[in-house]
Amino acid sequence: MPWNWFDRPLPADWPGGYWWHLLVFAVFIVGLTLTMVMIFIYLERRGVARFQIRPGPNRCGPFGIMQPMADAIKVLFKEDIVPDKADGVLHWLAPVVAFFPALLILAVVPFHNGAALVDLDIGILYVIAVSSISTLGVVMAGWSSNNKYSLIAAIRAIAQTVSYELPMVLSIIGVIVLTGSLSLNDIVARQSVPFIFFQPLGFLIFLIGLMAEMNRSPFDLMEAESEIVAGFHTEYSSMKQALFYLAEYAHAFGGAAIISTLFLGGWKGPILPPLVWLLLKTVLVFAIMFWARATLPRVRIDQFMGFLWKGLLPLALINLFFTAAEVLVWPDGLPLALIPINFVAAGFLIVVWSGLIKFGGGRVAVQ
Amino acid sequence: MTTALEARKVAQQLAGHLHGISCEADKNILWVDRESLFSVAQLLKTLPGLEFDYLNNLTAVDRFDYFEVVYHLSSVKHNHSLVLKTKCFGRDNPSVPSVFSLWRGADYQEREVYDLLGVTFSGHPNLKRILLWDGFDGHPLRRDYL
Amino acid sequence: MVLRTEPFILNMGPQHPSTHGVFRMRLTLDGEVVVDLEPVFGYLHRSMDKISETRTYQQIIPLTDRCLDYLASMSNNLSYVLAVEKLADIKVPERAEYLRVIMAEMMRISSHLMAVGFMLNDMGAFFTPLMYMFREREKLLDLFEMVSGQRLNYNYMRIGGVSQDVPEEFLPALKRFVQEMPHFIDEYDQLLAENEILLARSKGVGVLPADLAVNSSASGPVLRASGVKWDIRRGDPYSIYDRFAFDIPTGTAGDVYDRYRVRIQEMRESVRILEQAIAQLPGGLHRARVPYLLRPPVGEVYGRIEAPRGELGFYLVSDGSIAPYRLHVRGPSFLNLTALRDMVVGWKVADVVVILGSIDIVMGEVDR
Repeated sequence: MPWNWFDRPLPADWPGGYWWHLLVFAVFIVGLTLTMVMIFIYLERRGVARFQIRPGPNRCGPFGIMQPMADAIKVLFKEDIVPDKADGVLHWLAPVVAFFPALLILAVVPFHNGAALVDLDIGILYVIAVSSISTLGVVMAGWSSNNKYSLIAAIRAIAQTVSYELPMVLSIIGVIVLTGSLSLNDIVARQSVPFIFFQPLGFLIFLIGLMAEMNRSPFDLMEAESEIVAGFHTEYSSMKQALFYLAEYAHAFGGAAIISTLFLGGWKGPILPPLVWLLLKTVLVFAIMFWARATLPRVRIDQFMGFLWKGLLPLALINLFFTAAEVLVWPDGLPLALIPINFVAAGFLIVVWSGLIKFGGGRVAVQ
Repeated sequence: MTTALEARKVAQQLAGHLHGISCEADKNILWVDRESLFSVAQLLKTLPGLEFDYLNNLTAVDRFDYFEVVYHLSSVKHNHSLVLKTKCFGRDNPSVPSVFSLWRGADYQEREVYDLLGVTFSGHPNLKRILLWDGFDGHPLRRDYL
Repeated sequence: MVLRTEPFILNMGPQHPSTHGVFRMRLTLDGEVVVDLEPVFGYLHRSMDKISETRTYQQIIPLTDRCLDYLASMSNNLSYVLAVEKLADIKVPERAEYLRVIMAEMMRISSHLMAVGFMLNDMGAFFTPLMYMFREREKLLDLFEMVSGQRLNYNYMRIGGVSQDVPEEFLPALKRFVQEMPHFIDEYDQLLAENEILLARSKGVGVLPADLAVNSSASGPVLRASGVKWDIRRGDPYSIYDRFAFDIPTGTAGDVYDRYRVRIQEMRESVRILEQAIAQLPGGLHRARVPYLLRPPVGEVYGRIEAPRGELGFYLVSDGSIAPYRLHVRGPSFLNLTALRDMVVGWKVADVVVILGSIDIVMGEVDR
């Protein structure tokens, strides 16, 4: 059929030769990440501006598309200030540690059938492991800055990581149960119907976990601007600050690519080339994120932890249980009739569960 | 409409409860001497029919010979108001009793008066400068400051 | 094993995105929980009281714009000129009274828009509600610009009236605004009023009990949110407020959410007052003849109005000369902070900024 010409898998060492493969893909991933970061920054600034009934940046180039470039140049020419009592080495290392996991995630994301830097058999496990490294960068930044706001942010980051990883991983297991494979390319190849239809609850849980992991509003507790100034990067300036900024959006891109791969059918889609489909889905996921950012107030740390432990974790377990039961009943692929049932069940569970739990504590008695 | 109580009548009301205290009345201003300020204020707050539960304003005026400490009291319950005044003499260390324990609203206002005019309020738990920094020399709102 | 913990001190401010100016709080934290709070003021102290002793009565009016609540300059003007008029016993023409009420109520809407917007911003609602509210505030600022030529420090009121009559295009523009405004307030409500996160962040947070509110001289929306139905416009009507029908919105719990709701409701009531004032606006002079070098008789006066943030009082002592012998400002923001510690202790760092935002302080007025 002409509309799925891309289903033909590329050879594992495309475009030929082990080293050529690595070089081409490494350059491609870095280039793509930086480009997408610029596109994301532009989209977010313009999009949020539209939510806020203002035009947004529109002076720099046609429709303001050169604005991210101008921002970058401005930031590069700033003075690099390190606080007097800061731990110099850690302070320097933290933005790097925060940034590189975002690139590492993309190493296993298939951009085409079989076209990834490496198609690991344990791809998704690798993603989970690597993506939590950026928390280390945050903690290092918070600790080394010798700033109390940063320290609070670092402690929040640790507490938060433990909380969101569990429901996130459990919701991924739902997908793994459906496919029986940990390889991301296999997961995409098995999605004749995007898994969001069989896993609506899992998709939501993963999305929320992702927003927490990437520090996006309403869960941006680590850099809560109105509370702890800029959180972990309060004491950062110039290129290092830019690297944190870059890391945030690169992580958003990586996370959005993973969620598109797991739940939205990855590179699959009619007519357009697979890479375009993947990027479109990524942008869609990112749009949901900045929509939430422009609309919702921030939750408090105890409410957030309560929400994750009491709300999302049990729901993720229930979701896993139901998925496993469905796969046991229909081992040769789920019938399409399950789709509406899944959605109704997910909605029902969310409504019932949100009525059952109370997020966070109230006033703490002191003295 | 908030009725400004006549100080004379208030003084008569108080007279039955307080002995040996002279209240002077001047239209709606009740003058008390600073020794009896606290007990009068306490009565004004608690006496049924008066119940001044709200301290609108507390400030002081430098009259060179003495400092005039002014309390604007009103009652949210009865919607009436009264001005309570006291004189405290001496420029080196003028002192009046604090009404902090009666009205929490006096907290910052007494600190401000202490800060800017140098009137100390004995019994205030945390009497230190509020608008100016610690170690500031002098009290700028006194008429002889500059 | 016993892990030893100790509270640590966080200096929030004077440079902090959400302390609304140069306010500083010394927080003692146990983890994220606030154990103690000590406010530190004075970073914006400009000694308005002292400057006023060397200015004539007319010259103080522009000072009240700048040295006090700069988000509600008209109300400061009004409070001051009312106090002077009470002291010197000056009659004000009808039209001027109406214009003053119109300006004061417009100022209240504008100020509450800022208050609610920044409170939601402190809660983390990344500028969206604030920008919506700025849209309407912009229209109000345009109206103020029409009548006074200024957008922030209006210097519009004069002793005995207002500085100039409103231009022709002012009233139609105001009428249009008054018609549109209820719709816009509905829009703010639609955006966030019943939002789950907003409720979780504000319901039951920073409760100020009614008795403490009265005892600590809280006023304005903070006092009313605690359930005390006290509004000087109704309780002690000044100017011509006894001619208008309006309700006094009150809260029940005295928490952040109630303060937010009270402000939103007050905007609706202000629109009602504006409607009535426009309909009743008489013709005539806008200003009585008052000597430029005013010499009020020896005496003293305490004039107060219900400013957007609460009871704004001017205590004036005259010695019969052209300058006041003593001028003292009772700033509502300053006194509303008295109970801040009681509201904040036991809550988290994140709640501190929200509670502070719900009190709605303006440092110009706190430090004077």
